[in-house]
Amino acid sequence: MGDKPAFPDYVWPEGGLSRVPYWAYSDPEIYKREQERIFCGKSWAYVALEAEIPNAGDYKRTFIGDKPVVVTRDEAGGINVFENRCAHRGVQFCQKHLGNTPEFMCPYHQWTYNLKGDLIGVPFRRGVKQQGGMPADFDTKDHGLRKLKVVARNGAIFASFSDDVEPFEAYLGTSMLALYDRVFNGRQIEVLGYSRQLIPANWKLMFENIKDPYHASLLHVFLVSFGLFRADSPSKVQMDPTGRHGALVSWKGEQAKTEALADMKSFNADFKLNDTTMLQPHREFPEFTVVMTTLWPNIIIQQQSNTLAMRQLITRGPGEFELAWTFFGYADDDAEMKQRRLRQANLMGPAGFVSADDSEVMKYSQQGIGPSPDAEGVMEMGGREWQDEPHMVTECAIRSFYDYYRKVMEL
Amino acid sequence: MAAAERYLNMSARDLRLELEEVYADYAGCLDEDRFEDWPAFFTDDCIYKIIPRENFDRGLPLATWRSEGRGGLLDRVVGIRKTMMYAPRYMRRMITGIRILGWQDGELSVRANYLALETLNDETTKVFNAGQYQDKLVVVGEHLRFREKLCIFDTLLIPNTLIFPL
Repeated sequence: MGDKPAFPDYVWPEGGLSRVPYWAYSDPEIYKREQERIFCGKSWAYVALEAEIPNAGDYKRTFIGDKPVVVTRDEAGGINVFENRCAHRGVQFCQKHLGNTPEFMCPYHQWTYNLKGDLIGVPFRRGVKQQGGMPADFDTKDHGLRKLKVVARNGAIFASFSDDVEPFEAYLGTSMLALYDRVFNGRQIEVLGYSRQLIPANWKLMFENIKDPYHASLLHVFLVSFGLFRADSPSKVQMDPTGRHGALVSWKGEQAKTEALADMKSFNADFKLNDTTMLQPHREFPEFTVVMTTLWPNIIIQQQSNTLAMRQLITRGPGEFELAWTFFGYADDDAEMKQRRLRQANLMGPAGFVSADDSEVMKYSQQGIGPSPDAEGVMEMGGREWQDEPHMVTECAIRSFYDYYRKVMEL
Repeated sequence: MAAAERYLNMSARDLRLELEEVYADYAGCLDEDRFEDWPAFFTDDCIYKIIPRENFDRGLPLATWRSEGRGGLLDRVVGIRKTMMYAPRYMRRMITGIRILGWQDGELSVRANYLALETLNDETTKVFNAGQYQDKLVVVGEHLRFREKLCIFDTLLIPNTLIFPL
């Protein structure tokens, strides 16, 4: 691994940052390398909210890339993340999304692990009637589950397969950390519920979608028609210094018929909602009404008015990924705020008035891209380089993503 | 009021036949792409939710789809017809195992299984969503209408998108 000759045919197209080769979305070798270098590499992957595992013995089963992991709360209150793969014969021993247990026992041969992932029991270890058993030098200490590095910040938990990943705060960078801390501000988080969807598209298309403000006022008739977002809304696009993370930020501006509307065929001033409760946001956070943050390698933190959600990407091969949505609020929300979050959630998720458009179009993308690995995508909106921009008419955050991606992937 | 009395005094067998018809009409309306007629199956103050079973079982309030009042249902129809972007599809609903739990305060509690089959271009028909209706119906005029309809689904991992009602 790591040598360019392993990928002799994979030459990034001319045009550099403003092009993405379509083989990057469908090639099994590329996918394999992504798993090794991105998801199992020097990255902090989102795994859970602390509110999902508040008590000793609580656990959550999830994935980093393809790899199954378990997040636990141990007796001392510590958070642990380890692979959901028995050290004996590789069985994925934990099968429930969430639960509580004093220990994990693999059903196959009953190898047992504590909440930190240490092996604490091996049946017939000394044999039966002086026969069989493990060799005398078999030490349970050598056969624990593979443990990951863990960090929790203000209620969200991240894990890394790499021992030398940089500290989480440095990993996010100053500007992304500030946006992260807006939502994870120390208030106790309360989970409102889950939605899961299987999207038949490469995982990177999801990141591109959230890093692409160009489409928002064009694809999403709903957003535009009901004044939630328009290309002429005050807005900005921010990246961290490496380009791997990004954020689309917008806030409420004057809504009037302007020149920009002429280009938005989707605008129809005649659409009216009968039930406007889902469009009655309450100012909650300073300055911005919408902040969509994409953090390398697997999470989108959504703050769309009062809907807060973690959208976790779980890869399932080059052509498919699971998008696991965890909607949340704060434990001290009053009843009205909670209601508001639940109503506005209608815009998001697999049935979302807005986000269903994205899931559909990602499938269309994969359908177009898949059969043509030698073709390439064009991303020249707002230039051919990347830097923070005080507007939304740009694809700079996608360019920055691929700038970093190419370095990690050595492509 | 007379109609309400009639329903309340109806034999279990007759009530079942009435409900069979309500559910058959309901499925037919949706299967035949007559979404504009769909809100008429509900009361003005209805609540309609499609909820992952994992949320329901844990008492988590989030619904994947939540429509409040007949107006909320109409908005979904506007979404389907005018604002949302999605690939062409057919959806067919199988409603079986209707169970009448009984009347309470003028509301009839009913449960039923449903299965929604989705057919997309270039793909064979698949089971899109399997779940249980937990419904509360009331008599409006001469008819039973849904005041509350919860579609609690087992298919936690939704195949891409949920566009049409269940």
